[in-house]
Amino acid sequence: MLNASIKAFLLYHKLSIKINMLNTFTLTEALSQLKLKKISLDELYTDIRTSVKKNEEYNIYLTMNEQMEQDANKLLQEKLMGVPIAVKDNFLTKGLRTTASSTLLEQFVPQFDATVIKNLKKAGGVILGKTNMDAWAHGSSTETSQFGRTLNPRNTDYLPGGSSGGSAAAVAADMCIAAIGSETAGSIRQPAAWCGTVGLKPTYGRVSRYGVVAMASSTDSPGPITKTVEDAALLLNCIAGHDVHDSTSSSQTSPDFTQAINKSVKGMKIGIAYMELTGFEEAKKLFETQVKVFEELGAEVEFVKAMDPQYAISTYTVIQRAEVSSNLGRYDGIRYGNDRSFFGAEAKRRIMLGTFTLSKGYSEQYYLEAQKVRSLFIQDFNRLFTQYDVLISLTSPGFAKKIGASEGSGMFGELEDKLIEASSIAGLPGINVPCYHDPNTNLYLGMNIIAPMWHEEKIITVADAFEKSTKWNSWRQV
Amino acid sequence: MPKTNLSIPVKHIARLAHIPITEEEEKALEVAFVETLLVVDQLKSVDVTDVAPTSQVTGLENVWRDDVAKVIDTFTQLEALANAKRQYQGFFVVPQVIDQD
Amino acid sequence: MRKLICGMEIHAELKTTSKLFCSCKNDPFHAPQPNIYTCPVCLGMPGGLPVINKKAVEWTIKLGLALHCKINLFSKFDRKHYFYPDLPKGYQISQYDLPFCYDGVLETEAGPVRIRRIHLEEDTAKLQHKVVDGEKVSLIDFNRSSVPLVEIVTDPDIHTPEHAKAYAKELRRMLRFLDIADCDMDQGGMRLEANVSMQDGVEVDLNHLPQYKVELKNINSFRFLEKAIQYEMKRQTEELDSGQIPIQETRGWNDAKGQTYSQRIKEDAEDYRYFPDPDLPPLQFTETHINTWKSELPELPKAVQTRWQEEFGVENRFSDLFVEERAVANWAEELFTVAKASKVDTNKLANAVVNRKVQWSTEMKPANVIADYQELTQVSAVDPKILTQVISQILAENPLVVEQYRTGKTQVIGFFIGQVSKNIGQKIDPQIVSALLMKQLS
Repeated sequence: MLNASIKAFLLYHKLSIKINMLNTFTLTEALSQLKLKKISLDELYTDIRTSVKKNEEYNIYLTMNEQMEQDANKLLQEKLMGVPIAVKDNFLTKGLRTTASSTLLEQFVPQFDATVIKNLKKAGGVILGKTNMDAWAHGSSTETSQFGRTLNPRNTDYLPGGSSGGSAAAVAADMCIAAIGSETAGSIRQPAAWCGTVGLKPTYGRVSRYGVVAMASSTDSPGPITKTVEDAALLLNCIAGHDVHDSTSSSQTSPDFTQAINKSVKGMKIGIAYMELTGFEEAKKLFETQVKVFEELGAEVEFVKAMDPQYAISTYTVIQRAEVSSNLGRYDGIRYGNDRSFFGAEAKRRIMLGTFTLSKGYSEQYYLEAQKVRSLFIQDFNRLFTQYDVLISLTSPGFAKKIGASEGSGMFGELEDKLIEASSIAGLPGINVPCYHDPNTNLYLGMNIIAPMWHEEKIITVADAFEKSTKWNSWRQV
Repeated sequence: MPKTNLSIPVKHIARLAHIPITEEEEKALEVAFVETLLVVDQLKSVDVTDVAPTSQVTGLENVWRDDVAKVIDTFTQLEALANAKRQYQGFFVVPQVIDQD
Repeated sequence: MRKLICGMEIHAELKTTSKLFCSCKNDPFHAPQPNIYTCPVCLGMPGGLPVINKKAVEWTIKLGLALHCKINLFSKFDRKHYFYPDLPKGYQISQYDLPFCYDGVLETEAGPVRIRRIHLEEDTAKLQHKVVDGEKVSLIDFNRSSVPLVEIVTDPDIHTPEHAKAYAKELRRMLRFLDIADCDMDQGGMRLEANVSMQDGVEVDLNHLPQYKVELKNINSFRFLEKAIQYEMKRQTEELDSGQIPIQETRGWNDAKGQTYSQRIKEDAEDYRYFPDPDLPPLQFTETHINTWKSELPELPKAVQTRWQEEFGVENRFSDLFVEERAVANWAEELFTVAKASKVDTNKLANAVVNRKVQWSTEMKPANVIADYQELTQVSAVDPKILTQVISQILAENPLVVEQYRTGKTQVIGFFIGQVSKNIGQKIDPQIVSALLMKQLS
């Protein structure tokens, strides 16, 4: 790895000197350079393809789009100007193999595009390749992938998180310009945290789920994983909006999320949550040092007591596994894919636990009960949001974990995501920004920022302000 | 009828869920479920008197469409069959099932 | 002494233009090829999501209103889980505890039947069994997958096979009259199921139902329904008489053998693991919604017939045919109105039309049909003496035909009437001729 100061020097100059590092551009930079004709799409694609040669090392991509360059130049007048985007492999891409990282779908080639993919293409984006994930999105490590784990590009002894581990790693390794992931409870924000990138989970219903391999239908939210907050806002603009194919997608017109960039947080009330929990003292200490930034920017910061997230774990576990067991019932190998014996151990566990909690005699005490506790979490957040604009917390109770950490644990995912599960089951928007970097391990801590439903602009403003006032973003080393 | 002891009838559930499992897997699953149920049973300690369940966070109602047939979303026969392992004269094929209903 | 305790479940495919949860064409019966009306949703592809067909909901509620049901103002769709190759998602989107309609009644010519509930659900794909390359396989066609199906469940109010038949017929008429389903029995457009058990004692006691019930399924005609129930009554009575409780199972009807046969043993009810479908927001209707739909209901068959009886004097036995379908009823209404205005006997007209004495179709102008009828019945008076003479002549000229009449072929009267008419050269009242003929023949 290049030493920090040389990298800084190169990054500083890359905007004016053409060297083979166009893949290290942020989305905003790439678009600007293309617009100013300082770089061409061909040059960008060449550097991207070169960067992807590292794939064997990290195991990020499962399938590459060999047709990427086709008609790319026609896209220059569109919003995304033909820039290549990495896509998590649970988004159906027409003509391009989609596996959800399961061998059950190893040969599956969809005959239609997910709405998110359609929207990306309409905006001039190009699919670069399909990224590795926890199989069926069941996890927070990418270790349950049936195509091998992905390594954390920041430090390959460690995991990238999950389930959108491949997309977060692709961004961290500069093996794409930006990426798309999905979150059921933590699957965008947590890998973004572990890989030191930005990850935005939109409000449930903001982005269409049509054509995304369903996990938990009542919380699944597709969203961007990017190098900067501004990039996330830009990409969200391209994929958000009502979809007639998705009955749970909101008919609210989506605002221009980039309008929330470069706005002041002065006078905003920020609540810090979950600091009363124990078991992650080191991370809490580091996190607290960063909270001061908001005070310096003129925001009011206070500790708050939110509902105990321990209950969010059980609530989420029951709801998610029940819906998973139902959603995976369609995989019988008749119309597509292989038969059910191809499900991995984690998938089998989740399907069976879910089936159990819905079964006769148990559904009242488990599934119905969980939906009631869910209401309590929603009420709790509503209460807090009458007093605060946003709530912040650590995204993950620590840095990325070492390879093999998830093995043997039946609840690894849910336990890792305990600080962000409550916001997912309540459908709230949330964003992860890097908030600390350990120079010894090269690993990151992430800060989670959440707001009431439909208020992505608040989390974008706060995250953007934090990113620009600190030095944790590895693409903003100025 | 509701049981609160920490065990799941693994074989029965596997059959309900159409998940093929071996004897070994059955044993391992019994153990794994105990861990999960311990966590999940915490739900019972929450007071949910007079709380209505939330199955829809969107608050949406009456989402429906007009009765119009659209060709644009419909697959051709080729597309429909594109990923089938077995097909015959435009049909999907499975080994004969005994007529249940 | 034992009585039949029977409730029925009938499924009918709604004839909406598109399917229930996607915009694919709803036309499984006439599709030229299998699997040409499918999409990610009805084929159960990964990422497919349902979107409700508003018309299907509206029609289900209208059916409920026509059957005097209460309507659940808050309703939803639930997932019903089981595995079968014709069920692409591994669950059927149906309704569990909050069906659209409940607590209604359908009047039939054999007495009323209470409607317990009416709900809406999606149909499954169609399975066909065949031998391909020496292997027994099932072929699957998803053209029918997710077509809207309305399910009507009765209380166990049916106590004779005739009552079951009357109920099924009346329901079919209602569905067709509302113009929401074609109920083509051969194609499976209407599917009959009856739950049959026998109860001891003379009086029906619905508070202490028998401990078992046998489900009769895959019955695709009213005739078979009647016969199957009759057979079951006998079979179950015999078993009960010998001290056995009939097994709770599903049975089909084998018409060739004239018997029901076991199809599947039902243990406990299957565990369908119902829960509200998270992909579909719930439905909330207002009283205004319901009242609007109520006001849009057409005048129903029985009401039409009663009115025709009062206004036009048309007997039910003649008007039955006209109220099978609304389009026909509308045409008949016009016919009777014009007839009445022209001072034509509407009941006799109805008789003639129903018995096809005059050609008719809804394409024809009622005025033309009435004209044909008037021509037909234009009977000239003929001198009875001449008539008698002509008749004698005809009979003498046709000894062989007379012989046929004597041996019992009474229908040859028609031939004689025709000959008499021809001979005289004008239309005569056939009844008068017939009377005279018979007198001479005896």
